[in-house]
Amino acid sequence: MEKFLENFAAQFDDTDASEFRANTEFKNLAEWSSLTALSIIAMIDEEYDVQLKGDDIRISSTIEELFNLVNSKK
Amino acid sequence: MAHLEVPNVVFRGVSACVPKTIDKNCDYPMDETDKAKLIASIGVEQKRIANDDTCSSDLCYKAAEQLIADLKWDKNEIDCLIFVSQTPDYILPATSCILQDRLGLSKECYTQDISLGCSGWVYGLSSIASLISCSNGSLRKGLLLVGDTTSKTTSYKDKSSWPLFGDAGTATAIEYEDNNQGFKFHLATDGDGANAIIIPVGGYRKRYSNDSLIYKEYEEGIQRTDLDCYLDGMSVFSFAVSKAPKSVNSLLEKYSIDKDSIDYFTFHQANLYLNEKVRTKLKIDSSKVPYSLKNYGNTSCATIPLTMVTELRNVLVSNNLKHVGCAFGVGLSWGSVYFETNQIACPEIIEY
Repeated sequence: MEKFLENFAAQFDDTDASEFRANTEFKNLAEWSSLTALSIIAMIDEEYDVQLKGDDIRISSTIEELFNLVNSKK
Repeated sequence: MAHLEVPNVVFRGVSACVPKTIDKNCDYPMDETDKAKLIASIGVEQKRIANDDTCSSDLCYKAAEQLIADLKWDKNEIDCLIFVSQTPDYILPATSCILQDRLGLSKECYTQDISLGCSGWVYGLSSIASLISCSNGSLRKGLLLVGDTTSKTTSYKDKSSWPLFGDAGTATAIEYEDNNQGFKFHLATDGDGANAIIIPVGGYRKRYSNDSLIYKEYEEGIQRTDLDCYLDGMSVFSFAVSKAPKSVNSLLEKYSIDKDSIDYFTFHQANLYLNEKVRTKLKIDSSKVPYSLKNYGNTSCATIPLTMVTELRNVLVSNNLKHVGCAFGVGLSWGSVYFETNQIACPEIIEY
């Protein structure tokens, strides 16, 4: 989870690292945009070799939920 | 893994035709800051839009006539024609039959429509090359006509689709030639993603009805009817960024092709953000990866031949080149092809 948080945070430019916790509702972050979503998807493909669907992003609200989804697809 | 090696066929030429009407994304009605970001990320500044009277087949027809003239082919010697599109003239008959007559080809001509979008040129090429190859010289010359008028299936009120898509028609000429090494393919399919790019109504699963023309608002700036194309951008992106590089690598590995020996990697022009992710993942230098996105947008199945014409014409007509093409999208369907060109015919881009 630590590593996932780090990878997740790396997709943002302006958001402070302390804002990324397991229970962070990432779509509420001010910097979140459709482009960040694509960046997260690309990171998950690159680092975890998992091909997410759009709905996986849509149904996840916290970073931990997304992390669990990625793990379940590995 | 669907790999395919098709010998004894040669790539003779390629042409492309676009509508005259230019649609500029800077004129699209949306928040200016968001629009600037959108244009920068998709890499599309303008595209061509067909008028109500112009079909994909019209654009392909023009492209074919010019290519036949440049090649000085006798129309009676064209033995097969394959038309690839998601925007045919009619539900029936097949547009390839109409094109055979309109182009004045022999009645002893094999024709066929293929219903594919983004991946269509690579798939169509595998079909026509295989057909000519396995005929052992009985079918000698073939035309692959690939085009779409996606503007007709896209809602202007959908900011997630309209700025991306343009219209184009193309022609590719293939000929039988003994001992030519021909084409090598990797081809794949994942129908689990069928809903990722879909026109939900108007086929025979869900018939056209009185409600079909009603605009529904999905979110701000996204309104479309059930006859318009829906695009799940996140799912398509995720699919392509994963599968396109794997397909290219699978092709290169299977046939022991040295990546550095390839002159040009021409990708389906999906959008700049996605295409650059694919390119950097494959570690290909940008000088080997042409883009026509800026001026023509994503023209569905026509992107690879269109990009060859608009970006590579000078070298195609004068040099011998090694190519990899890779296309991916609606289906979901994807594939890659390796081929060589030897000073081919390539007329300048045509306007309709």
